[in-house]
Amino acid sequence: MITGALRFQRYAPPLIVFFAVIVLWEVLVDLLNIQRFLLPAPSVILEAFFRTFSTIMSSAAYTIRSAVIGFLIGAGTGILVALATARWTTIREGLMPFAIALNSVPIIAFAPIMNNWFGSTNPMSKIMIVAIITFFPMMINMVRGLTLVEPAKLELMHSYATAPFEVLTKVRIPNSLPYLFNALKVCSTLALIGAIVGEYFGGPRESLGVYILQEAQLFRFDNAWAAIIISALLGIAFYLIILAAERVAIPWHVSVEKR
Amino acid sequence: MQSVVLLKNVNKSFGSAGRPTTVALKDINLEIGPREFISLIGPSGCGKSTLLRTIGDLIEVTSGELLVNGKPARQARINREYGMVFQAPVLFEWRTVLKNVELPLEIMGVPKTERTQRARAMLKLVELQNFERHYPWQLSGGMQQRVAIARALAFRPELLLMDEPFGALDEITRERMNAELLRIWQETQTTVVFVTHSIPEAVFLSTRVVVMSARPGRISDIIPIDLPYPRNVETREHPHFFELVTTVREALRKGEEMRET
Ligand SMILES: Nc1ncnc2c1ncn2[C@@H]1O[C@H](COP(=O)(O)OP(=O)(O)O)[C@@H](O)[C@H]1O
Ligand SMILES: [Mg+2]
Repeated sequence: MITGALRFQRYAPPLIVFFAVIVLWEVLVDLLNIQRFLLPAPSVILEAFFRTFSTIMSSAAYTIRSAVIGFLIGAGTGILVALATARWTTIREGLMPFAIALNSVPIIAFAPIMNNWFGSTNPMSKIMIVAIITFFPMMINMVRGLTLVEPAKLELMHSYATAPFEVLTKVRIPNSLPYLFNALKVCSTLALIGAIVGEYFGGPRESLGVYILQEAQLFRFDNAWAAIIISALLGIAFYLIILAAERVAIPWHVSVEKR
Repeated sequence: MQSVVLLKNVNKSFGSAGRPTTVALKDINLEIGPREFISLIGPSGCGKSTLLRTIGDLIEVTSGELLVNGKPARQARINREYGMVFQAPVLFEWRTVLKNVELPLEIMGVPKTERTQRARAMLKLVELQNFERHYPWQLSGGMQQRVAIARALAFRPELLLMDEPFGALDEITRERMNAELLRIWQETQTTVVFVTHSIPEAVFLSTRVVVMSARPGRISDIIPIDLPYPRNVETREHPHFFELVTTVREALRKGEEMRET
């Protein structure tokens, strides 16, 4: 049980820092007379935020869609491949070195290639980038979760003469869930980055990336900043959804309980 | 009467190509009858765990004959004739206490209601009936180990194999657990093979203490424990208890000396 006072103690410091930074930003922009195209004041961004909210959101809808579909495909495939490697060890041994190597490649660099393959206004170009970006961390983490099981647990299951499939469902899969949720958190951020940066390399007019790019090129930096803030809020929302799912799915996990 | 465990000239060596082999067990002969409580005691590295794990078919013998309930150990394992308790409780973090105890029953296909009923009875036996909905991390080390014991007993195995189950507990908790284990053993009619390196623990619990010595691991002495039942706190203060503790200690020392000569 977290009491009101404790809750306040926990959230007060970051809130104070947040508002201090905003105020400092506002004051400094005014005092130093910083040009709007370099850095608009928070009040200006806030004004643009409310003025352009509906426009930005209709662009954001496209981006969210690419991010979510790509995420589902990438993370889903990652999970399935990991499950397959738990069953067939040779697949794992053949695949893991490549997966780890590819995971350290900045896959976003392939965005122009995807735009070229699918056409920059085709949603598939963004979906594919997001899917590829999210696949590797998901698969690698999931394989770890399925294989890094305390040996004594497996020995105990062996003593019960447990069938391999039941070892998978009763031990390996539950063991992998904390790893799975960690990967989902990483992937939720990567998915939005992938979708937006993919759009910087070309996309339909109604998309967050193209909107930010276009407003910046037209020196409407207040609008660009408002859209950037919406991207940030989307990222946070995405992350919080996964956090909530984690709390429901693995209430037993220490990292959930002790938060 | 048929023996529960029968070891005839059992040898076990570890080693792979290119590395020197360790003779973990040499010429082990031991017969354990129904309802016995056997402790294996000896210096660390003398092969106690190895002996226990061969009985449980967690590792294979190199040579010799090993029968559990008259069958090869492997068959006994497949028939689920023994329960195992390790030094660590090895509980599943994602299962509540009750679900942890139910696990072997689940694997053995016991129907849901019966399974819950039996798991509850076992938790009562280890006096944890009020903790069935807790998760393992919410329990102390001693309580976790009691859950592990309840789980091992849940499917009523004829044989209980325990590898230093109380090794990580403090002295006072350990003595309390000893008394509980003895009570459970008497209530459940189980045969127990119990690894320890505590001499008083071995004497207090056992019908016979098997003394082992190292390099190569072998049985150097077997000491029958004729302390009367019920054994309780007073047992530990009985002169005969001290005599038996001394006997086991001397047997351990002799085992060591034999190695040096
Ligand atoms: N899996 C293994 N591989 C190689 N050597 C082992 C293995 N398990 C045990 N040993 C060796 O066998 C000997 C007996 O070990 P163990 O049975 O664990 O001793 P104890 O339980 O009496 O302390 C030790 O020398 C140990 O190093
Ligand atoms: Mg040992």
